[in-house]
Amino acid sequence: MTAPTSTTTPSRGGGTGDGPGPFPGSGRAGKKPRRTFGIGRGAVPYLLVLPALLLELLIHIVPMAVGIVMSFKELTQFYIRNWGQAPWRGFDNYRVAVNFHAPIGEALLRSFGITCAFTVLAVGFSWLFGIAAAILMQDSFRGRGLLRALFMTPYALPVYATVIIWAFMLQHDNGLVNHVLHDQLHLSSKPAFWLIGNNSFVSLVVVSIWRNWPFALLVLMAGMQNIPDEMYEASAIDGAGVWQQIRHITMPSLRPINQVLVLVLFLWTFNDFNVPYVLFGQSAPPAGDLISIHIYQASFLTWNFGSGSAMSVLLLLFLLVVTTTYLAVTSRTRRTSNV
Amino acid sequence: MRRITAAIAAITTVTALAGCGGGTATGNGGNKSPKTLTYWASNQGKSLDDDKQKLTPELQKFETQTGIHVKLEVVPWTDLLNRILAATSSGQGPDVLNIGNTWSASLQATGGLLPFDAATFAAIGGKDRFVPSALASTGAAGKDPAAVPIYSLAYGLYYNKKLFKAAGIANPPATWSELVTDGKKLTSGGKTGLAVEGANNSENIHHAFVFAKQHGADFFDAAGNPTFATPGTVAAVKQYVDFIASDKIAAAGDAEYAQNQSVADFAKGKAAMLLWQAAGVQLKERGMNPDDWGVAPVPVQTGAPGSGTGVNTMVAGINLAVFKNTQNRDGALKFVKFMTSDDEQKILNGKYGSLPSVSSAQQDPQFSNPELTVLKEGLAKSAAALPQVPKESQFEELVGTAMKDLFADAAAGRPVTTESVQKRLMKAQQQMQG
Repeated sequence: MTAPTSTTTPSRGGGTGDGPGPFPGSGRAGKKPRRTFGIGRGAVPYLLVLPALLLELLIHIVPMAVGIVMSFKELTQFYIRNWGQAPWRGFDNYRVAVNFHAPIGEALLRSFGITCAFTVLAVGFSWLFGIAAAILMQDSFRGRGLLRALFMTPYALPVYATVIIWAFMLQHDNGLVNHVLHDQLHLSSKPAFWLIGNNSFVSLVVVSIWRNWPFALLVLMAGMQNIPDEMYEASAIDGAGVWQQIRHITMPSLRPINQVLVLVLFLWTFNDFNVPYVLFGQSAPPAGDLISIHIYQASFLTWNFGSGSAMSVLLLLFLLVVTTTYLAVTSRTRRTSNV
Repeated sequence: MRRITAAIAAITTVTALAGCGGGTATGNGGNKSPKTLTYWASNQGKSLDDDKQKLTPELQKFETQTGIHVKLEVVPWTDLLNRILAATSSGQGPDVLNIGNTWSASLQATGGLLPFDAATFAAIGGKDRFVPSALASTGAAGKDPAAVPIYSLAYGLYYNKKLFKAAGIANPPATWSELVTDGKKLTSGGKTGLAVEGANNSENIHHAFVFAKQHGADFFDAAGNPTFATPGTVAAVKQYVDFIASDKIAAAGDAEYAQNQSVADFAKGKAAMLLWQAAGVQLKERGMNPDDWGVAPVPVQTGAPGSGTGVNTMVAGINLAVFKNTQNRDGALKFVKFMTSDDEQKILNGKYGSLPSVSSAQQDPQFSNPELTVLKEGLAKSAAALPQVPKESQFEELVGTAMKDLFADAAAGRPVTTESVQKRLMKAQQQMQG
């Protein structure tokens, strides 16, 4: 532990790698060689972050790395028992996934398009409802707390339980939705299907908005509490109406909040697995074939984990690009608008 | 900074490699823990709890006999295959487990299940005890079976005697054209002739398979390659989807069914006919009077049920498999022997309303009621096993989904034509990879 270290450690010691020269402390210590301490001190910060680093590796980086490794392998049912033996396929899994003229790539592209449309609609409406409700509830009135609690309920309930209730309500024969729309209001000539066929897209968007808009409301309400009342008062004295206040005070003040909120909503919605899975079961109808479900089907149900991993990696890359671009663009416009 | 990056990269690589090796198999298992077994049972009863109540007394019997404690977990069907896959890839799983018999070849290909070779069969009492048709669905031809059958099932045509009488129909249909004619007579006033489970992938492919057989077609060729979109398979799928699409003897709403709602509709008298495996116990549990329904063989195109194009049911059932990584191999085989013994076969299949997969137990008079006689006949004379190929589970998923989509088209009133069926099936075939 003591003597041999001096010959090997200097080359590794962070920041003190200039050979076994005389350290200030080493002479004073006399008999005890304190060199290890000197090197150790340089390592202390690293040692302190080491547990966090290891956990980060374990929880985030390793699964991602394993996923990336898997995406280069032919990991089918023949090899899942012994992953190491699965043959390498190079970029084959990727080639199949992005070959949009072949059925697998075409299906992936289609699913991607549906997911984009779904995300735009779901995030857009969630945000719109959130901001509308937040503005309406900005001034205190009797029953505001109750209303707030009511609006928050969808967000507070467990996803599975609420979505399964939606699935019951959307049933063709006995569902509440058809009962109201068809039996009571006579809006359609015959009851519609909401869980299969093209309407499944509508169902998905509605359930997703219902589930996510309270979060937008929560965040926007919190953001609005930071807008000083004086600004509204001053603008009122200057003769600004409600719309002008919203346009010139509320929205600009919420800009940093919105930047994060929209990003978070986008990522959650784009990656949403629970809602379509609980709503449609393992095989989603073509109109509701969101990318997360699609990838699940491409790997778990057809037992081709390499292919599924490749699609996941592509998704990860796409989300990275979108996120970075989004942050770059919104940050720049924010900076310029602040000038 | 660069050093840290290098260190992270190194650790990542090492851990990633370790992760990859995590699935490394530890051989054929040993006998390190001879006193306990973990058993994953599939959901055969009306609920997971029902299964527990039915199985627990038997497991206690086994414990008294052998001193081995069996930890029971009833796994719902929606999770079972995923759980098995996870167990296979991690090497951590049960000792003994139930599998749907159509998965046999697919799971056999993973190498995660203990093959039943001659010595293993000898340890559980011999291969010739089992009913031959049930053994046909335990793995790929020419390989040692990956499992042994414990519950055998077959499809039958369940019909509502009251509704038949009211419509003036004397006998249940024997051919599909008769079924459609009868179905049209029975479809009136909110009631339909037939109930189908249109969004249930497994049900869909079971019927597609039998219809294909009757059209002289198969979904896989002899080499195990998919032939999903041949004229025969297209005609088969179309004939089944047409019950909603053009015959209109099943309700459009059935296209959405995936949780046995069709059984409920039949039990409630909303539908007059149902194609199902051993539905008797379920119908009783749903409150249908046993005198109100009858069972007939599933119809054929022409003539009588038999082999070849006379096939009218798949070999349905549940198999019992031993996980290769078991730490109690001997105990696991003892348990398999116990579960496939004559006594237990009679008790368990009696409880579930299924048929014993062991010939001697099948002779028991309790399996000779009118319902089980029809199913037994079908299983013995006119049943075929689903393709025993590794890609079977992909076939279930892809063709099952294609049929679900076709049913959705039919339900929405869009035309289902030979071309549209052909196109969907071709797409499903092209999505088979590897």
